Amino acid sequence: MDRILVGLKRVVDYNVRVRVRSDGSGVETDGVKMSINPFDEIALEEALRIRERGDAGEVVVVSIGPGDAQQQLRTGLAMGADRAILVETAAAPDPLTCARILLELVNREKPDLVILGKQAIDNDNSQTGQMLAALWGRPQATFASKLVLNGATATVTREVDSGLEILEVDLPAVVTVDLRMNEPRYVKLPDIMKAKKKPLDQIPLSGLGISMGDAPTVKAYEAPQQRQKGVMVPDVAALVAAMKDKGLL
Amino acid sequence: MARILVIAEHDGKRLNASTAKCVACASGIEGADIHVAVFAETGETLAAEAAGLAGVSKVIQVDNPANAYPLAAVLAPQVAQLAGAYTHVLGPSTTFGRDLMPRVAALLDVNQITDIMQVLGSHTFKRPIYAGNAIVTVEAAAGKQVVGTVRMASYRSVDSTGKAAIERAVVEAELPGHSRFVSLQAGKSDRPDLQTASRVVSGGRALASAENFAMIFKLADALGAAVGASRAAVDAGFVPNEMQVGQTGKIIAPELYIAVGISGAIQHLTGIKDAGTIVAINKDADAPIFEVADFGLVGDLFKLVPELEKALRT
Ligand SMILES: Cc1cc2nc3c(=O)[nH]c(=O)nc-3n(C[C@H](O)[C@H](O)[C@H](O)COP(=O)(O)OP(=O)(O)OC[C@H]3O[C@@H](n4cnc5c(N)ncnc54)[C@H](O)[C@@H]3O)c2cc1C
Ligand SMILES: Nc1ncnc2c1ncn2[C@@H]1O[C@H](COP(=O)(O)O)[C@@H](O)[C@H]1O
Repeated sequence: MDRILVGLKRVVDYNVRVRVRSDGSGVETDGVKMSINPFDEIALEEALRIRERGDAGEVVVVSIGPGDAQQQLRTGLAMGADRAILVETAAAPDPLTCARILLELVNREKPDLVILGKQAIDNDNSQTGQMLAALWGRPQATFASKLVLNGATATVTREVDSGLEILEVDLPAVVTVDLRMNEPRYVKLPDIMKAKKKPLDQIPLSGLGISMGDAPTVKAYEAPQQRQKGVMVPDVAALVAAMKDKGLL
Repeated sequence: MARILVIAEHDGKRLNASTAKCVACASGIEGADIHVAVFAETGETLAAEAAGLAGVSKVIQVDNPANAYPLAAVLAPQVAQLAGAYTHVLGPSTTFGRDLMPRVAALLDVNQITDIMQVLGSHTFKRPIYAGNAIVTVEAAAGKQVVGTVRMASYRSVDSTGKAAIERAVVEAELPGHSRFVSLQAGKSDRPDLQTASRVVSGGRALASAENFAMIFKLADALGAAVGASRAAVDAGFVPNEMQVGQTGKIIAPELYIAVGISGAIQHLTGIKDAGTIVAINKDADAPIFEVADFGLVGDLFKLVPELEKALRT
């Protein structure tokens, strides 16, 4: 195949313990570490492996959001992507708008495969890939843990509630990846230097003829209810007694 | 008035418990008239089961050989076709609903409200973000249809005292042939289902092998409990992926959760926040799991688990 498109969203690093601001105006993102959405790193790793096997010509990474997302695109280029596209918006848009933007890029780039994460770990929406597939009128294989290409089709193993589902889809298609698909590579210093010379196109949202859609509006943020630390019991007998007392046994 | 369409989840034989939970969520919307759509190859018994869900006024049975196995690309155009008459379309936040509903939402030209945990108004909902580290109140676009997935751990199934009418429907939608079901490797088990069990025992990396994990199964058997695992235990191959509990596994709300040899990483805790009582067994007194455990027991699981199993059996 000629081309694989991969979505890279810039999100708060998964190791950061996110907190709601005390005034309830949002979550604290000042000065916290930002990274590529972990699922997207896996999506990119998979695309790179396909290209390295000789099954794809080039891997294009795309991010939609403010200019800062260039950092994540540069990391993607350092991992091995051939070129990057940043669609500039004031803030990362809602999933439907993202899907419309990706569709426009699909129409321009004509990829055979679009690989996205199964969800962005900031808003936990898990919608963009399915929406892109719907608007594009193409197959979707979500929550994938294995992807095998066989010419004009792909065989995808999906992690579903009841076990592992295998699906065959015609290409082009949208695949969204789960954590067990692969282990993303580390970026090496020389690759970071090389990545600086790779092309990174910046396109303003208006340049695609798309406007922001009506996202659900957030009315309030609150911290989740915290569980209280309970009691430590000295031994099994005390544990059984405590559970009986609470009516659990 | 809210006209709500709930998309039933099933395995061809029985409804998944998620359907009764979606109905529970729908019942929280003021003035709700709730219909359930059953897409199947032959949905007779499924429709009858759905008709019994309390609060449902009508079941729409859509039989089609193409619906023998639920493929999002095949179901979505049919749901979108039916959706015209409704203000809300709800599905479960299981892998079935998470796969299907955004595809439906895009066809209806709206964003989806993912993981509804509370209904505040016809267009206003609470949902978790950042793996449950924040809860937001969101308002769906006014004057548009609401498409949402319902967070399973936030709702209790409605009971089966309903008597809804069943209507057969033919849905005229063009169905794609580009996606084909090949197989499903389902972990066969006669144990209680992890997502609906009232008791769950989970094991972590500390079990160290698939053989040792048998200890967790034995303890679960003594309690009539379902078995879960941390991601580390799944990744290490001790148990299959469908047993994973947490942010990227199953989010559960049993009455009793026993975590054995699990450290309590934030991604794991996301999956058990709504449990009634959490019991933790860990050799490290400083393990984060103890911060959320109602009862904590420090010690070597290889000694304590057999002891606990024995105590429960006598
Ligand atoms: C994006 C993302 C999503 C994730 N999603 C999930 C998810 O859905 N679910 C999930 O579980 N994890 C998830 N994780 C992984 C998570 O961060 C942890 O790595 C994982 O939960 C650790 O599993 P564990 O507690 O079994 O292992 P460890 O953290 O290694 O803990 C093992 C524990 O066993 C104790 N122990 C060791 N030996 C004994 C003994 N003999 N007796 C008693 N105790 C003993 C140790 O003290 C330790 O506390 C995710 C991570 C990422 C990045
Ligand atoms: N702003 C964005 N830029 C690039 N990719 C995105 C963006 N938003 C979502 N995606 C892709 O879509 C996936 C699912 O996101 P979501 O639907 O928001 O959970 C992510 O893992 C990304 O691969």
